[in-house]
Amino acid sequence: MDLVIAGKSYSSRLLVGTGKYRDFDETRRAIEASGAEIVTVAIRRTNIGQNANEPSLLDVLPPSQYTILPNTAGCYTASDAVRTLRLARELLEGHALVKLEVLGDAQTLFPDMPETLAAAKTLVDEGFQVMAYCSDDPIMAKQLEDLGCVAVMPLASLIGSGMGIINPWNLQIIIDRVRVPVLVDAGIGTASDAALAMELGCDGVLMNTAIAKAKEPERMARAMKLAVEAGREAFLAGRMAKKPYEASASSPQSGLIQKAG
Amino acid sequence: MSAPIRITLNGAQRELPAPLTFTQLLDELELAGRRLAVERNGAIVPRSAFEDLRLADGDRIEVVIAVGGG
Repeated sequence: MDLVIAGKSYSSRLLVGTGKYRDFDETRRAIEASGAEIVTVAIRRTNIGQNANEPSLLDVLPPSQYTILPNTAGCYTASDAVRTLRLARELLEGHALVKLEVLGDAQTLFPDMPETLAAAKTLVDEGFQVMAYCSDDPIMAKQLEDLGCVAVMPLASLIGSGMGIINPWNLQIIIDRVRVPVLVDAGIGTASDAALAMELGCDGVLMNTAIAKAKEPERMARAMKLAVEAGREAFLAGRMAKKPYEASASSPQSGLIQKAG
Repeated sequence: MSAPIRITLNGAQRELPAPLTFTQLLDELELAGRRLAVERNGAIVPRSAFEDLRLADGDRIEVVIAVGGG
């Protein structure tokens, strides 16, 4: 079963960022290996006077081939985030799917939830399809859904920290209570983190640094693809019950050779 | 030709000949044909307006592109 966001179907549940790579070639190879269909980009001032024949990211990742998800990284107010995404929509010729993040603090990059909610409201009113980066607070996630966000994206741990899923219990509550897709965004460090997110029942995982800053990004991208698929399958399969105080042999209890004589 | 105009382009002061349309501005900056978006004084300048719309003295212009990000 595919991941459906804002009515559009995606076969990959891994979404990837495009930052922190050495060059566009490494970006392209890693993103191909990840199998991701949705890739995030940032919106920034162009370097005036240094552009002639400089390749652009969207030449490497053409919007005809990928769903480009512009973000609001670096925005600390609702109004800056809204401005950035209006520019993104113009840049991408009317494209409505966006990643909203409004940061509250430069040290932790923790989201400012009041500003995020305010921006989400404006953006939804303007016809944007908003995927919102948020704290792992079930009440905040629910409010974003109620405002009309098409996906909520709680952090696993701090952006770029690679610390994995700090609070699986909060994530579980969000997954249980929110009806729109829940994607873990931020904090994934390695493949087991991604698998765990999917096993909890997340609809997808968004990551950047875990791939870009691996020693071999292309190989880690492949690992993440497999981890997301494995975690999803395990979730759908339904894990066995945990029995902490009771062993249960998998081999038959009868027919042992010792008992034969 | 009228007097030159002074604008703020991506945060930097710049003096340009007038009259100047947005198409002419992008040509001047060697940005013609690139995938970008333009904002004037906080409002989007749609691509369809580039050809006819002229810059005014004191305009604050932002020209943005997509770059790698997470």
